Amino acid sequence: MKNKRLITRTIILAVMALAVGYTLYANMNKDKNQKIVIGKPAPDFVLVDMEGNKHRLSDYKGQGVFLNFWATWCKPCEREMPYIENQYQQFKDQGVQVLAIDSGESELAVNRFIERKGMTFPVLIDEGPVQAAYGINPLPITFLIDKEGNVVKSHTGELSEEKVREFMEQIKP
Amino acid sequence: MNEVKCECGHVNPQGTILCESCGRVLEEKEKEKQLVDMRYEGSARRSQTYNKTFIDKIWNFFSSVKVGVWLIVILLIASSLGTIFPQEMYIPPVMPPWEYYEEQYGWMGKLYYDLGFNNLYSSWWYLLLIAALGVSLVIASLDRVVPLYRSLKNQRVARHESFLKRQRMFSVTDSGLSDEAIGKIKEELTKKRYKLREENGDILAEKNRFSRWGPYVNHLGLIIFLIGGMLRFVPGMYVDEILWLRDGETKAIPGTEGQYYLKNNQFILEVYDKDKDDEVFQEAIDKVGTVVKNYQTDATLLQKQGGSVPGEKPELKKLRDQSIQVNKPLKVDGFALYQVDYKLNEMSKMAFQLENKESGKQFGEVVVDLYEPQTKYDLGNGYKVEIMSYFPDFEFNNDGEPATKSRIPNNPAFIFKMFSPGKPEGEVSFVAIRQNLEPLGENEFKMTFAGVETKNVTALTVRKDLTLWIIALGGLIFMIGVVQGAYWNHRRLWLRRVNGQLWAAAHTNKNWHGLKRELDDVFSESGITAPQDQVSGDKKD
Repeated sequence: MKNKRLITRTIILAVMALAVGYTLYANMNKDKNQKIVIGKPAPDFVLVDMEGNKHRLSDYKGQGVFLNFWATWCKPCEREMPYIENQYQQFKDQGVQVLAIDSGESELAVNRFIERKGMTFPVLIDEGPVQAAYGINPLPITFLIDKEGNVVKSHTGELSEEKVREFMEQIKP
Repeated sequence: MNEVKCECGHVNPQGTILCESCGRVLEEKEKEKQLVDMRYEGSARRSQTYNKTFIDKIWNFFSSVKVGVWLIVILLIASSLGTIFPQEMYIPPVMPPWEYYEEQYGWMGKLYYDLGFNNLYSSWWYLLLIAALGVSLVIASLDRVVPLYRSLKNQRVARHESFLKRQRMFSVTDSGLSDEAIGKIKEELTKKRYKLREENGDILAEKNRFSRWGPYVNHLGLIIFLIGGMLRFVPGMYVDEILWLRDGETKAIPGTEGQYYLKNNQFILEVYDKDKDDEVFQEAIDKVGTVVKNYQTDATLLQKQGGSVPGEKPELKKLRDQSIQVNKPLKVDGFALYQVDYKLNEMSKMAFQLENKESGKQFGEVVVDLYEPQTKYDLGNGYKVEIMSYFPDFEFNNDGEPATKSRIPNNPAFIFKMFSPGKPEGEVSFVAIRQNLEPLGENEFKMTFAGVETKNVTALTVRKDLTLWIIALGGLIFMIGVVQGAYWNHRRLWLRRVNGQLWAAAHTNKNWHGLKRELDDVFSESGITAPQDQVSGDKKD
């Protein structure tokens, strides 16, 4: 009798705790990029770079892709860009590709930025669909994609040169 | 020993105040009172009794009505805090939210943002409060409804004398008792739709017992309501997004996974016209100046054809044209798009004249698209203008350099390089709104502002809600519970023969006055004294 009551109470409390737990969990993850699951294939996209060349993510199978979302008005993006460029020079012959996706700015602004920073990797302008597919909210954010096309890691926020090197090392095929 | 055996032989759960069966007072303390406390039929609210394990402690905490009331009060205060300034989802996305709050509402806005009130209704602590209230509802209800149900189900016709005389309505009749008189009362009771139970000449008349379940039905409705709210967090059940579209712009409708696109052909804002519109509006127009008549987005709904990879230009098929007005949404596939906000006159193009500063002679116009400016503008005859830098949302950053806050042209600024036959190497000029600087020395030419083109921007809410029917069902059950508990009263009358006397006692869960009148009516022609209120007359319930 007493045990039965304890069991009933425990079950009712457990069910409610589960429901509350799920709600809180779902709510906390609502704004995060739940679209990207580590270990799962990265959403494919096609964008055109500043020279007019088409880049399709799935064409880079066999290489590691360092996918960086940025904007010219974003200070941390500006600070990390030279590090990415430096490390790109080190890793580009080892099968690591950098793709930098700008958040829908004008070509003029992006071109001037590229000139100023001397970036040599492809820079692509996305008007929104790719950012939506990746659930981009704050900038910068970097995704590491391995040679099979799976997302290995995502990093929100500014990167140090050491981190960039470490990341590229990680996706080197 | 978890049970209490009453003298009548009925076994009650521990903590029972009045025997479920005969109504004998089981608790010593209760015996001294003139009237018994009939709340929950004197049943054992189990939380009050068992307090052994950790689980029991949690259970008892949530079972307390006092805790429930405090939760409601705290929730009310918290909810009202969230309405002081708009929530983040409702502010225009023209600048980062922290800047918006500070700019619009000063230090209070900053504090509001810093405290996280900008997203109050989805903050973990707010959800936790709601959840605690839900848990409290479930447990408090269970803890009361089960014992109450038991007591009412187990009640015996013949209640103990101590129970009867401690009822608020009570009377003793010594003389004039006849079967006829009692038959009369029974007849009257049946007419008033009492259900009668008779044992050995004792009578229990009862009606509207279901009214006692009202509060619990009401709580059940609330719980279903909360479950509906919870389901909104399940992916695909609920979408509430905002779509800002400039005139002429096409964008994917958020929440539809890129299946549907919307083109804003034109946003229209109409106001009442004093001359054209009906006279009834005259007074209002005179009073407030302008009165808006219509907010409208002329839109085209498009659907994506086939699979396309994000970033690729999707192949779009036009589904239909529709005007979206306030309360007249565009509906597609469970989604509804409502007109919700707008921004008039966002700068889209700026025009400048290349001008000789001394002579004032102009050498041609440069029209800059603020979303996609060209790099070079050739004006012929050796006159050229090049944009060296473009800052759509201009500010001086911390290092004192020109920079942009965002990609939206709220405050465009340019660094132009002006080429002329006389100055083929070019002159540099910095131009912002009401600013014209020559950072590299005196120039011969300048860029004169020659006008601006603007576009309107519309904002639509994208809404999909599959939880609505659950919430509506919860609301309906809630109301049924309210009606059930409020419009009917649970009334009981006990008649018992004690030593040649007739004892009558009555109880109702509310509206004692109604019960009194009813009983006076029932007893009036029988010659038996109707139960009288033992609480002094001036006390109202």
